[in-house]
Amino acid sequence: MNAVLELASRKEWAAGSDALDESPLVVAGLTVSYGEKPAIFSIDAAVAAGSMTAIVGPNGAGKSTLIKAVLGIVPRLSGQVFAYGRPLRQNMHRIAYVPQRASVDWDFPTRVIDVVLMGLYRELGLLGRVRQHHRERALSCLDRVGMAEFAHRQIGQLSGGQQQRVFLARALAQNAGLYLLDEPFAGVDAATERAIIDVLRALKEEGRTAVCVHHDLATVADYFDNVLLINVRKIAEGPVETTFTAENLQKTYGGRLATAHIDQLKLPA
Amino acid sequence: MGSEFVQLSLTPLLIGILSAIACALPGNFLILRRQALIGDAISHVVLPGIVVAFLLTGKVSTWPMLFGAGGAAIVAVVMIELIKRVGRIEPGAAMGVTFTALFAAGVLLLEQSDTSGVHLDVEHALYGNLESLIWFAADDWSSLFDPVALAALPPELFRIAVVALLISILTIVFWRPLKLSTFDEAFAGAVGIRTGVLGLGLVITAAVAAVAAFDAVGSIIVIAMFICPPAAARLMTNRLEVQILWSVFFAVISAVAGYVLAGYGPLWIGGQHAVSAAGMIATVSGVILALACLFGPQRMRMGAPAGS
Repeated sequence: MNAVLELASRKEWAAGSDALDESPLVVAGLTVSYGEKPAIFSIDAAVAAGSMTAIVGPNGAGKSTLIKAVLGIVPRLSGQVFAYGRPLRQNMHRIAYVPQRASVDWDFPTRVIDVVLMGLYRELGLLGRVRQHHRERALSCLDRVGMAEFAHRQIGQLSGGQQQRVFLARALAQNAGLYLLDEPFAGVDAATERAIIDVLRALKEEGRTAVCVHHDLATVADYFDNVLLINVRKIAEGPVETTFTAENLQKTYGGRLATAHIDQLKLPA
Repeated sequence: MGSEFVQLSLTPLLIGILSAIACALPGNFLILRRQALIGDAISHVVLPGIVVAFLLTGKVSTWPMLFGAGGAAIVAVVMIELIKRVGRIEPGAAMGVTFTALFAAGVLLLEQSDTSGVHLDVEHALYGNLESLIWFAADDWSSLFDPVALAALPPELFRIAVVALLISILTIVFWRPLKLSTFDEAFAGAVGIRTGVLGLGLVITAAVAAVAAFDAVGSIIVIAMFICPPAAARLMTNRLEVQILWSVFFAVISAVAGYVLAGYGPLWIGGQHAVSAAGMIATVSGVILALACLFGPQRMRMGAPAGS
């Protein structure tokens, strides 16, 4: 733990927050490799409780891999992950996950409400019966994302944005402290984007924490208070005002980002 | 028709029905995971496993066969991975190479070994042996209550009954994690389901079903039992819970109709000899799938406009 404590104390933006024990997520030296090239290399990061963090970087930078490695879905080559002061494995129940919408087959024979009930897997276990209060909870989660009336639809009948909202409802059903979302705004309509950001802000109000893989540079400053810039390695991390700068973006995107595009962003001066 | 039916048809019919159910249950998940080809691969590698088990023990009995087939399935999985990684060949091709090579090795081994004393030859391996699994000791329906006659039931019936029961129980107990990890493997991993172990368990379960069904339909036609009833069932409903029930229903219909048509169909149209029951069961299941493609209520869903 010492190395991690040291690491956390180096984050000046986390200094004002509570002790490490309260930090929802601390990542130390996380490396993942598919084949010979590392997908992410020795990433350190810490997320403060009640914050909203965007993970930003070019395609192939390892943003999704980072989240999956944190959750242990892809094998870690090295590194440690702590959630709320303990190895993440012991605190998995405090973490909710929204995978990429495109990672599943929406033709799967099931209904919207059944997908949301999947979020209660830890409570229900192998053979626990789905009772009325479980269904009511699932319905109220659907209601929070404006999808209650679709509860009994087959999931293949939904639009992309509606599918994304169902995924978010499933994560809400997990009733966690830390929400990890993989590109929740990718390819969704404006109404869905609105609905998702409203839910995330409500979570923040409740003192919960969200970390999103995010691809739309134009909305980073609007939606998030912290940003983690990565391109295989970590480039920078910290509050949007001081970290989401033209210089850091150039470093992250390796000059692949046109200067004109950067100028259009509402970057801090 | 009492005595003749009990003696000649009752046990083959039951074995056919139970085989079809045992294969259809894991088949639902294999298809939804786009792993139908794994079912194909398993049904093929079962043959060399059974032959090797026979060569080592000199018997065609339950446990050596199951272990032999299980071992062959593991060898096949390792070979597929090796070919994929070392040879850098796409997974479908790696699977195709592996199971045809192992199946061919099984055929060669079988030809070269002395199996005259047992029910094991190339033809049996290909088409199964359903018609020969008769109940000699039975006189009529009253034999069902006669301990002496019951003791002489073909051991294959007992074997497939145990396997079908076991697979049904496993399907019920692991229903929730199986459904969740089939739909969304990443999320399943994030809620603590060991998706790798579960996926391997599904493949092993399918291998056990293939071994148990080997007597009934051989190792080629069993693939129809894995795929046709679940694929037809998917076209009937949009709920997995209902799909499973449809697939069991179609499996039973295929087995019964296939067996009856094979035995009596040729006579009805003036023919002299019965045809292969396993072949007819697979054909009927294919016809059911074709009908489901034409008339199934959920057949149009692929092109359905989203979000309407």
